[in-house]
Order: sequence, then structure tokens, then C-alpha cells
Amino acid sequence: MGAIITLSILALLVLYLGLFKANKALLPVSIVGLLVVVGLLVRDWTVEANPLYNGMILFDHYAIAFSVLCTVVTILVLVLSKGYFTSSSDHVAEYYTLLLFSLLGAVLVNSYHNLALLFLGIEIMSVALYILVGIRKKDLASNEAALKYFIMGAFSTGFLLFGITLLYGASGSFDLEEIKHYVVDHPDQVSPLFYGGVLLMMIGLIFKVGAAPFHFWTADVYDGAPILITSFMSTVVKIASFAGLLRLFTFSLLPLQDFWTPIFLGVVVLTLFIGNLSALMQSSFKRMLVYSSISHAGYLLFAVVAAGPDSANAVFVYGAAYSLATLTAFAGLILVKRTIGSDHFESFNGLAKKNPYLAAVMTIAMLSLAGIPLTAGFIGKFMMFSAVMEQYHIVLLLIAVLNAAIAVYYYLKVVVAMYFRTGEDKPVAINGNYVFLFVVTTVLTILIGVYPNCLMQLI
Amino acid sequence: MDNLFLLILTPIIGALFLLFVCQHAIAKKAALILSLITLGLTVPFICQFDASGDFNYEQSYPWIAALGVNFHIGIDGISLPLLVLTNVLVPLIVLTTFRKPFKGNFYALMFFMQSGLMLVFSALDAFTFYVGWEVALIPIYFICALWGDGDRIRVNLKFFIYTFLGSLLMLVAILYLHQQVATNDFEWHSFVSLDLDAVTQRWIFWAFFIAFAIKIPIFPFHTWQPNTYTHAPAAGTMLLAGIMLKMGVYGLMRWLLPVVPEAAASYGQLVMILCVFAVVYASIIAIQQQDTKRVIAYSSIAHVGLISAGVFAWNITGLSGAMMQMVNHGISVVGLFFVLDIIQDRTGSRDLRNLGGIAKKAPRLALVFLIIIMGAIGLPLTNGFIGEFLLLKGIYEYGVWYAVFGGLTLILAAVYMLRLYQKTMLGTTSERTENFSDIAGVELYTLVIISALIIYLGIFPNSLLHISSASVSILATFLGR
Repeated sequence: MGAIITLSILALLVLYLGLFKANKALLPVSIVGLLVVVGLLVRDWTVEANPLYNGMILFDHYAIAFSVLCTVVTILVLVLSKGYFTSSSDHVAEYYTLLLFSLLGAVLVNSYHNLALLFLGIEIMSVALYILVGIRKKDLASNEAALKYFIMGAFSTGFLLFGITLLYGASGSFDLEEIKHYVVDHPDQVSPLFYGGVLLMMIGLIFKVGAAPFHFWTADVYDGAPILITSFMSTVVKIASFAGLLRLFTFSLLPLQDFWTPIFLGVVVLTLFIGNLSALMQSSFKRMLVYSSISHAGYLLFAVVAAGPDSANAVFVYGAAYSLATLTAFAGLILVKRTIGSDHFESFNGLAKKNPYLAAVMTIAMLSLAGIPLTAGFIGKFMMFSAVMEQYHIVLLLIAVLNAAIAVYYYLKVVVAMYFRTGEDKPVAINGNYVFLFVVTTVLTILIGVYPNCLMQLI
Repeated sequence: MDNLFLLILTPIIGALFLLFVCQHAIAKKAALILSLITLGLTVPFICQFDASGDFNYEQSYPWIAALGVNFHIGIDGISLPLLVLTNVLVPLIVLTTFRKPFKGNFYALMFFMQSGLMLVFSALDAFTFYVGWEVALIPIYFICALWGDGDRIRVNLKFFIYTFLGSLLMLVAILYLHQQVATNDFEWHSFVSLDLDAVTQRWIFWAFFIAFAIKIPIFPFHTWQPNTYTHAPAAGTMLLAGIMLKMGVYGLMRWLLPVVPEAAASYGQLVMILCVFAVVYASIIAIQQQDTKRVIAYSSIAHVGLISAGVFAWNITGLSGAMMQMVNHGISVVGLFFVLDIIQDRTGSRDLRNLGGIAKKAPRLALVFLIIIMGAIGLPLTNGFIGEFLLLKGIYEYGVWYAVFGGLTLILAAVYMLRLYQKTMLGTTSERTENFSDIAGVELYTLVIISALIIYLGIFPNSLLHISSASVSILATFLGR
């Protein structure tokens, strides 16, 4: 609980620092504050988890693990922000504050125990992002992205809210525990209202995780947003949304599995194909990552389709692996774009000759995203695949295999550009923060890939 | 010193050393020394090997407890020859690259691959096997795409995606088998003692078979192979043809036949037809090639077709022949590609129409090339003879007609190999071969070692056969289960 309070105070503090023009202090204060948050979260690990504040919030292992993951990824995003924000705006404090508030929303989504708080969390998370996406006031793409995101986001929230209302109407409570009781106690006579509510909530949440068929906003929004914001959205926000979705469906709505599993199965298949085939067509590295993030949402949904005791761990490991690799990829993109001025695959041409270490790091990230053994991505995929196998969705697994083979093609495009093509002879400058990030993400990617034991039975 | 895990780790340490420590100037020598160290460390395994058919040097460590994965390795009579082959060929391949401007990173990739290969040949846990399988793939992709020529990028991407798709199918099969195992592990022993029904066996068979067939490659999964071989650097082709395709055959013997014996028996005939067809088909194509590398690429499809047929004949003779021939093919193919690489370097051409008369200018090269070619054709007293004899005998035991058509390989191989020899070595010299200088130094030593191995194994085949015989007999008993 201390984590949420600290996070709120931290966000306000950073805003005030900005007010007093203490721009140099913003980054250190934010990072120290977030480290404190991590500490507070970890401290709660051994404490017996009980719903707090009239059952609003629950800091169990599930919530803590996902919140720590989100916070750590945010720290890594902030590490990259040095010099990034100042180049596009004078009001740097806004960035930090909004990112911190968005993280606060993510933590709430990870730990909600009451649908009202789920709604609140999602709104806090999203509203901050609406602004961040459009924060480059003079950039048309950024403006368009923000508007699109805002309108679509508002719609999806509407669905979500309506769904929550219907669930309340049927079960008489917002509390996850109560809703679960309602479903268990009325196995044969669950009100039609309730089913309607589940459907609407599904729509809202599928929207938030960016899965098909409600993925249309992702490409333009992720593409239009500043790269750093995109990397935050496609990691922290995605993981938190999944954590929220997973908790609702695998905890409260599990008895209705027969009802929602087929729908999610359809969503998964659509998402995988749409994500991968679209990613295949892209000539821009950034858009490729965006579409591939849609396809990763498909893989993450495996855990929901095969809901079971290991689902949370699978999502956690997959989310961690995916975030590490995605951060590396986006960081590499920022550096390359700064030098070459374009985010197309061609701008990576010949990178291996100029910056062999950067190329190696990017290659490891791509291999991890593609799911090659001895990287974290493989362990994540392996857990997802084995979860699906346990439920004998073999056809789904074969579809996933086909998609993984498609994915390897477009991930290797970057590798091909970096190693096998020749490009402009401008070396890419890398500063200390980026080196730090690359070292952390790459070492963790390989460490989790080689010895994932520590993460796999966490929750 | 007979710690298998350390042996597998040695090349990785070598690779890291080459990547981060060693200067470019001495990278070659360092790579040679490192590969010889690995070879040296292999010697105790050969000397103290107990050929009773059990697994030797077993080591098992818990790896990913949550998934039931153990790092379980061990070698028997089927693994050991391939493990030794790998560690013998790697120094030889390093030697063949001495004339080339390769740097430390090239050798580092080679060593990473070597570790992956050793892991494949010794894994007794399906997860470990899969990891080795993929770890061997990544470096060779980079080797071929970085140092290859021509349309290498597209060709290698095709190769990579083909094999990756195959691997994923295998992964699905492994996961399925894992679900069936009561002890919730990936152990080979658990997999082989599963009692699967016929329907399950069938689709597990295909998932495994396609993965292995792509790697070998068995017709019709071979389409990536000729182009990849042609556009890869010589050393890459040697790694691919000499060692990597053995992964596939080994996979058939270790993971396919014992795990799904009934399906393997019932589809055996189909596979045999594919293999025998490939022998004839690839040989005929090989006869018509003008590109020297493509001749060997297609001949390789024919040879492994026969080896796979020997495996699926699934009797002791056929399996022994397959073991023997895998080693032989590895040695011969490295020799062949090396000679062709020497010719290409000196003449700048791989086209048979531009070559000829080299024997006059380079008698030493002509002699060793003849020995290697004789080995590849299967002349008595060379290694190829024993292998092909056993293979054909095994296939004959399975079905006469398979042996008849498979036997065509002897005649057709003679045709394309002798044609290759004739068009390069004999006849009049051409513009390009006029100033051909004979081999000396490292080139000579390397080829002499290869020739010596060919003749040694031709005269003393038992040194290899006695290692594998017990394990092969055990494998043959799985059929009757």
C-alpha cells in the first residue's frame, strides 16, 4: 500500500520540481522514488495478503510481482529519457509526472480487488497516456495519434464501464470475491445480464491490450507517439492490462470458462495472424515492432485461453521477456533514428560494422522476440505453448508455430540489415544511459533464458 | 578428465576468448589450438568408452525445475562416433580456412555451433536436445550469410525459416510427449517408455520427421539445400554437410525410432520410397551440374538419402551402415569441398566448363582428390565401401527392390564423381588453370590427414563399428516392441 502512496506523492513532487525549474533533479528524484516503490512492494512479499480498504485492493504475490515488473520497466524507460524529453519540450517535468501517474494506474490495475478500482486504474493509466502521446504539440502525427487514442480509448472505457455495470446488476457487487461467489452459487442460472457484462468487459479489455479485432488504434497511436512513450505503452501498459484481464477471468469468471474460452480462442487466432502478417509487410522498423506487439498480445492471451494455476507465471515471464527485448529494440531505434533520421529498416544497414556491440545487443533482442532458445523470449513462448498443450488446443499450437515462423522472418530483417547490408558510414553515438540499459536488458534476457528458475514459480 | 559437460563447455569458452580477448592477427592459430584442445579432451572419452550399449558419462542436473527440465547428458555408441566426428572435423575445417581472411568472430561462431552440436549428440533430455538443436542453427546462419556469396541473404533466410519451422514442429511433439509422461519430465528414458496409441504416434512421427527431414535433407524437404550449400563459404558448407546434417539422422535414430516405433514402422515404407527416389533423382541432377559445388550438394542429397534409407530399414546391418556412412560422408565431404575451394581460389571459377588439366599442374592435389573421390564413390579399401555395403545389405534385408534402386547410387555416384574429376583434373589446361600451383604446407597436411582417415577407416572399419554395434542392436530391438 505504501507503494501507491509513495508513487502519488512522487508524481506530485516531480511536478513541483518542474515548477521550480529544478530540471536536473527530475530524473534522479524519479528513479530514487521508484526504487523506494520497488522496495516497498518487495517488503510486502512475505506479508499475508488481505484486501485493503473495504476490499478495494489486494497486494498478493500476483499484484506485487506485476507491479515490480512494471516499476522496473518504468525505471528503465526513464533511464533512456535523459536528454530525450528536453529535445522536444521545455516542460520536462510534465513527462515525468505523467509517466509516474500512468504507472500508478498500472499498479492499481495490477492489484485491484474491486471492479471500481479496475476502472479507476485503467483511467488513470490511460488519461496520462492520452496527453503523453500527443505531447509533441507541433507534430501532426503525434496529434493525430493522441486524438485517435483518446476517442478510441473513451469508447473502450465506455464498453468496460457498461460491462461492469451489468456485472453489478446481476451479481450485486463490484467485489471480485463476491462476483466469484455469485457465479459459483448460481451455476445454472447465471443471469443473461451477467453474460452481457462479461462480453462488454471483454471488449473493453481486449481494446486495452491491443488484440484483434479491436487493435486498429494501436498501429497509428504507437507509431505517432514519441518512441519512448511507445516503448512505455507497449511494455508497462500492456503488461498491466494483461494482469488486469487475467485476474478478472482466471479468478472471478473462471467457472464460466466454457462461455468465454471459445471467444478468446477466436481472438487469439485473429490477433496472431493480423499482427504477424501486418508486421511482415512493414518497411518501417517502428511499425514492425508495433504490429509484432499485437502478435505478442496473441501469445499472451494463450495464458487466458489455457487458464490454469500456471497462467499468471506464464504471463509474468512472457511479459518480462517481451519488455526487456522491446525496450532494447526501441532504445536501439532511438539511437539509430537520431543519427540516420529515419525509422525504416534501411537505417539499420551496416550497423554491425560501425557499432558491433549495439548490433549484437539488437540481435539478441530480436532472437528473444522470435523465441530462440537461451533467450528469455524462448522460455516465455515455451511456457505459453506448454500451457496451451496442457489443454490440448493442438490446432491452436500449430497456428502459433506457423506464426512463430512468420515472425522470425521479419525479426531477421533487422539482423539482415545490420549485418549483411552496407549503409551510410555514420557511427551511432551511444551515451552512458543507453549502455546501462543495454547491459541490463541483455544480461537479464540471457540470464532468464539460461536459468529461468527464479522467475518461474514466483507467483 | 572425462566430464562431458566440461567438454561441451570448452568450445564456448574458446568462442568467448576469440570474441573478446584474442587479436585478429593470431585468431587463426588460437582457433586451431582451441579446437585441438577440444579434440584432445575428447580422447579420454574414446579410450575409456564402455561399448556395452549403456549410456556412458551420464550427468544430470536440475535445470528448470518448474517445467521438469533436467540438463541430462550422456553418450552411447550412437552418440560417440558423431561427437568424435564433430571434434575431428572442426580442427580440420579450421585448417582449411587458413588461407582466408577470417577473423576471430568467424571462429567464435564455429565454436558456438560446435557446442550446440555436441549438446545435440549427447542430450538425454528433450528440452536440452531442442536447445542444442537451435543453438547449432544460429551460428551457421550467420556464418553462411556473412561470408557467403551471391544471393546469400535470401537463400539463407529461406534455409533459416525452413529449419526453424521444422524445429517448432518438433517442439510441439516434445511438449505433447511431455504431457504424457507421468513423471512430468523431458527425459529420453521417459519418452521411450511411453506407450502411445497408434493415432498419437502417427502425428508425433510427422512432427519429428519433418524437423529431421528438413535438416538432413530428405526429399522433398531438400529445396533449401543446393542453394544454401552453393552460396555458403566453403567452411560453412563443410559444417553444414559434414556435421549439421548428421543432426537430422541422429535425431531419427535417437528420438524418432525409439519413441514412436509403430508409426515409424508403418510409415517406413513411404520414407524408404522417398529416400530411394532421392538417391536416383539427386544423382541424375548431380550429373548435369556445371557448378562444382552443386555437384557435391546434390551428391550429398543422394548419399544422405541412402543413409536415411538404411536407418529406416531398421535392422542392425542398416543402422550400422548408417553410423559408418555418417562418419565417412562427413570426412569425404569436407575433403571434397576443400579441394573445390582450393580450385575456386586459384582459378576464380566453379564452372566445370572453365576447368580442366589441373592434374598436370598439381599432381599432389590430383592424387589426394582421387583418394577422396574414391572414398565418396565407395571403392574397396576406402571408408565409403564398408558403409555403402552395410547400408545396401541392410536395405536388401528390408526389401529387394529398395536395394536395387538404392544400389544405383554406386553407379551414378561413379558417374558424377568421375565426371567431376575428369572435368577438373584431366584433359587440357584452360586459360584459368594454366598457372595452377600445387598444394603445399597447410593445404597439403590437411588433405593428407583427410586421405589418411579415409584409408584408415576403409581398412579398419571395426574401430568404428565395435563402438556402435551394441547400441545399434538395442535400437533395433525397439522395432519388436
